[in-house]
Amino acid sequence: MSAQAAEAAGFRRGLAAFLHRRPWVRLSLLLSAPLLWLGVAYLGALAALFVTAFWTTDTFTGELVRTFTWANFRDLLTGEVYRTITLRSVGVALAVTVIDLAIAFPVAFAMAKVASPRSRRWLVIAVLTPLWASYLVKAYAWRVMLSSGGLLGWGFGLTATVLTLAYLWLPYMILPIYAGLERLPDSLLEAAGDLGARAGRVFRTVVWPLAFPAVIAGSIFTFSLSLGDYIAVKIVGGKSQLIGNVVYDNIGAANNLPFAAAVATVPVVIMLVYLAAVRRTGALENL
Amino acid sequence: MRSTGSPRAGQAGRAGRYVVAAAALALAAACGSGGGTASGGGAPAPGHGGFTPPKLEALKSLGPGEGQVNLVAWAGYAEDGTNDPKVDWVTPFEKATGCQVNTKVAGTSDEMVNLMKTGQYDAVSASGDASLRLIASGTVAPVNTALVPNYADVFDGLKNKPWNSVNGVSYGVPHGRGANLLMWRTDTVKPAPDSWSVVFDPNSPYKGKVTAYDSPIYIADAAVYLMATKPELGIKNPYALDDKQFQAAVDLLKQQKQIVGEYWSDYTKEIQAFKGGDSVVGTTWQVIVNVAQGEKAPVEAVLPKEGATGWSDTWMVAAKAAHPNCAYRWLDWIISPKANAQVAEYFGEAPANTKACAQTADPKHCDTYHATDEAYYSKVFYWTTPIAQCLDGRTDVTCKDYSEWTRAWTEIKG
Repeated sequence: MSAQAAEAAGFRRGLAAFLHRRPWVRLSLLLSAPLLWLGVAYLGALAALFVTAFWTTDTFTGELVRTFTWANFRDLLTGEVYRTITLRSVGVALAVTVIDLAIAFPVAFAMAKVASPRSRRWLVIAVLTPLWASYLVKAYAWRVMLSSGGLLGWGFGLTATVLTLAYLWLPYMILPIYAGLERLPDSLLEAAGDLGARAGRVFRTVVWPLAFPAVIAGSIFTFSLSLGDYIAVKIVGGKSQLIGNVVYDNIGAANNLPFAAAVATVPVVIMLVYLAAVRRTGALENL
Repeated sequence: MRSTGSPRAGQAGRAGRYVVAAAALALAAACGSGGGTASGGGAPAPGHGGFTPPKLEALKSLGPGEGQVNLVAWAGYAEDGTNDPKVDWVTPFEKATGCQVNTKVAGTSDEMVNLMKTGQYDAVSASGDASLRLIASGTVAPVNTALVPNYADVFDGLKNKPWNSVNGVSYGVPHGRGANLLMWRTDTVKPAPDSWSVVFDPNSPYKGKVTAYDSPIYIADAAVYLMATKPELGIKNPYALDDKQFQAAVDLLKQQKQIVGEYWSDYTKEIQAFKGGDSVVGTTWQVIVNVAQGEKAPVEAVLPKEGATGWSDTWMVAAKAAHPNCAYRWLDWIISPKANAQVAEYFGEAPANTKACAQTADPKHCDTYHATDEAYYSKVFYWTTPIAQCLDGRTDVTCKDYSEWTRAWTEIKG
């Protein structure tokens, strides 16, 4: 062994010993990259968004005016139209979540408890398959189906939007529930049956409470994805608009980034409220 | 477009913790696409003397081409044969100059302004409601028309206009002009309409199948209609609306919303809606009519008797263009007689070059589009950016500026 190699090996050993003696250094080195990502890229972007919301733009040249003002939030809170749009968006997100839950739970249950292990694998693939196709292709496919000359011919509007979004986000609801139900031991179901519980009661007292955290996980996906969506509604929504469209129009059309940022805080606040409410149910602790 | 992230479902491990599922939701961004045009007319210039553009120098002399040029254009303005192999004036340009053309199609003027502000593009086909904003923000530089030989043949009626020049300094070369038309399906809309009333009448028999352009600038279309139907409002210019006039236009559009089926800004969406019968009557561009008819949709279009909004477009060069020499070559090419004739015929507009009229496939094209008919264009109000200082010259009132138009548009759509 050359002197150089020995030196390098000694250094490595020294470093290893140092890290071994000081677990907190080890931990902070390990976590620094992900924390940096979370802090700078994610929280930093949110903070920048929030700061921008207090600025304005010069209406003619479109340049940012960096002076503090509450005007954007005042407009947002006093404008009746924004309240209507917010309520409509929350309504759509809730409807999508409920529809997805109603469809996903039986599907996930069948996948986890009824299907044979072999077919289970194929079912998971089948659920994932739609995610391989582009969002736009799927949305336009619904546009073609819903158009008055199309297969369904129901026309466009809010109902069409809910339908399309429910279709788009369904896998995001099925997968967490499936994973949750898979962890549910069969013996619990058998025990409940042996003790004389009927199907309904087994569901109410055993399956649902244990699967609840998974349902919450799924609902966070479908709810937040629907709340931020603005493309499906542009394609199949007819003349309706959601929060996402207001944000998009203010950036794309009006070039009013500050107001768009103010509007964008609305879904953030709604999600925080939703997460806080979920936390109170205790579902997050079991996640 | 948008791409959704695919979920990575972690299998719940045997020893496992619950978890799972979820997904890396890479909700990627979406970019709007679409194309379109617009803008119009006889309106006096905004900001005439109302603002001083940043001091920028035009190109002094033409150097060798940089090998490529990035354009922001309306759909149908830079065709390279991919939509229709017979429609191609980009490939000959590339062969002649060695400048590879990369085109980004924009659907609204607002989108164009935002794209140009990214600094990644060299030239833009700006309508009147974008051009002045681009000049005022220093996004585009003056154009040295001496370096554009074909500029000499441009109609005098299009040179040095308020939407392409400031204080006598030219900021671009005129591309062509036209009007926003009323399109209808001939099998369902009878008799053939000749008035915008068919899209504004609350008792329209076509309720739920009416379509309108999805941009704040569409408020001007309502103002044009009010000019004819409610002269007592005293609207002289649909882009100069005081409180009362603006409110009347907004009310009209809110009422119109009841009969609207959908709003469009992506031109392919409108073509599809008319083909499928989801929309049967509404505002359009000639190019949409041409494409829809080419796809066998039974549609016709007309310039209604009330007049219309329209566009007079200008090719402008970015102040920070990375490929200015190729951009100037493109400017010269697109207003050369042959290319200008091709684009004018394909898009359905009047050409800017006087010699283009002799080059069109349809010898009557220039007559059909009233290329030399200034009286016709007095009924067309070119898209212009509304500003607080009234464009029609009134000084006793302030007018609604574009940010208020934008907010009103959100409110109209509810």
